[in-house]
Amino acid sequence: MEVPILKQGAFLIATFQAALSDADLNQLRMGLVQQVVKFRSRAVIVDVTAMDVMDSFASRTLREIAHMIRLRGAETVIVGIQPEVAFAMVQLGLTLEGVATALDLEEGLAYLNEKFKVTN
Amino acid sequence: MVGEIRVVINSDQDIVSARQKGRVVANELGFSSGDATLIATAISELARNIVSYARKGQITIKKVNGHNREGIAVIAADEGPGIADIRQALRDGFSTSGSLGLGLPGVRRLMDEFEITSQPGKGTTVAVKKWRQ
Repeated sequence: MEVPILKQGAFLIATFQAALSDADLNQLRMGLVQQVVKFRSRAVIVDVTAMDVMDSFASRTLREIAHMIRLRGAETVIVGIQPEVAFAMVQLGLTLEGVATALDLEEGLAYLNEKFKVTN
Repeated sequence: MVGEIRVVINSDQDIVSARQKGRVVANELGFSSGDATLIATAISELARNIVSYARKGQITIKKVNGHNREGIAVIAADEGPGIADIRQALRDGFSTSGSLGLGLPGVRRLMDEFEITSQPGKGTTVAVKKWRQ
């Protein structure tokens, strides 16, 4: 299942719809970086609200996405990690160090708007 | 009453399918949704180990009874290369595939019981259990 990427002004928003396979995550990684280049985006929000499980592969892919986008001079914010998923991630020893996170899409947009002082 | 569920693992899509089935069984057995997420995460890691190291194998999910308690058992079995040094594999940060170092110790923390048997050249079986609170 492909992850839709929505352009919102200077930002891109990728919304995870359901359980994603490794192939879907790899596709998202490539797609996001290409679109950041294409639209000269300042930031990317990855909304993982619907994600059932954040295992080692998914969290590594999110870290890689954030690093690649950082190399393009843009920022990534992960939003919507559910409390149960966060608990499982901590138990598993997974971290998203160096990646900005926010409670939900609204908070993520507020954080970026403040940071970049743009109006979408 | 839930029977035994077997999921053949030989692609990344099977990882998703195994963890989804595990969550359904956990819900049916009355686990909280938080515990069901822990169980689904553990299954995802175990299935990923099979795909990464052995290419194919199977995951069995079933109900278990203990003393005055019920739980779920997950058995991940493969006939892959096996693990030469299990103690090393259970240390945080250990990885031979270069990318996933957190699998087994992480799974051990997610579940209540953890057993591993492995023979180099013959395969690996990881059996984990979680008891309902």
